[in-house]
Amino acid sequence: MIETFFVLIGIGVVLSFIRILLGPTSSDRVAALDTMNVMLIGTITVIALVLKRGIYLDIALVYGLLSYLETVVISRYLEGRK
Amino acid sequence: MMWNEVLGGILMIIGGFFYFLGGLGMIRMPDVYNRLQAGTKATTLGTFSTVLGVGIYYPPFLIKSLIIIAFVALTNPVGSSTLARASYLAGVKPAPITKVDEFKGGEEK
Repeated sequence: MIETFFVLIGIGVVLSFIRILLGPTSSDRVAALDTMNVMLIGTITVIALVLKRGIYLDIALVYGLLSYLETVVISRYLEGRK
Repeated sequence: MMWNEVLGGILMIIGGFFYFLGGLGMIRMPDVYNRLQAGTKATTLGTFSTVLGVGIYYPPFLIKSLIIIAFVALTNPVGSSTLARASYLAGVKPAPITKVDEFKGGEEK
């Protein structure tokens, strides 16, 4: 069952990464990066289940905090640029 | 297999399917606003399902899983909204098939 999860999320991450490479504007790239960050939070949680180590859940929480901060900071930067 | 392993596995596969739909929306949608909508909604629901599935599969992880779910539910829509507003104010045009633009003239810099 966990193998099916990893196959699906691998396809999703590859599609988001293609959008990061192709995106016409900077906003497209930041949107795709935000989507990929949330996908990686779920993946880190499943890796914590596979390895049976609870410390990876803390890593997922800190990764989510930093990715949210990154999205907001880049958004404010794009907004100020005319 | 115990019942919690079956239920957790089914929840994880549902979450993986929603993650896949988020990635597909990133490719298929025409402009940045549709892409934000597809990516954020699908991945929020996918995170709920996946992390709750991990917590049910292995019960010592359940409390931290609920903390991660609450955190993602708070931060992901805020980031999406901020990015949509910023890209509108920065001058990114919607797709040509867009009919209604209710934000036009709403906030002049």
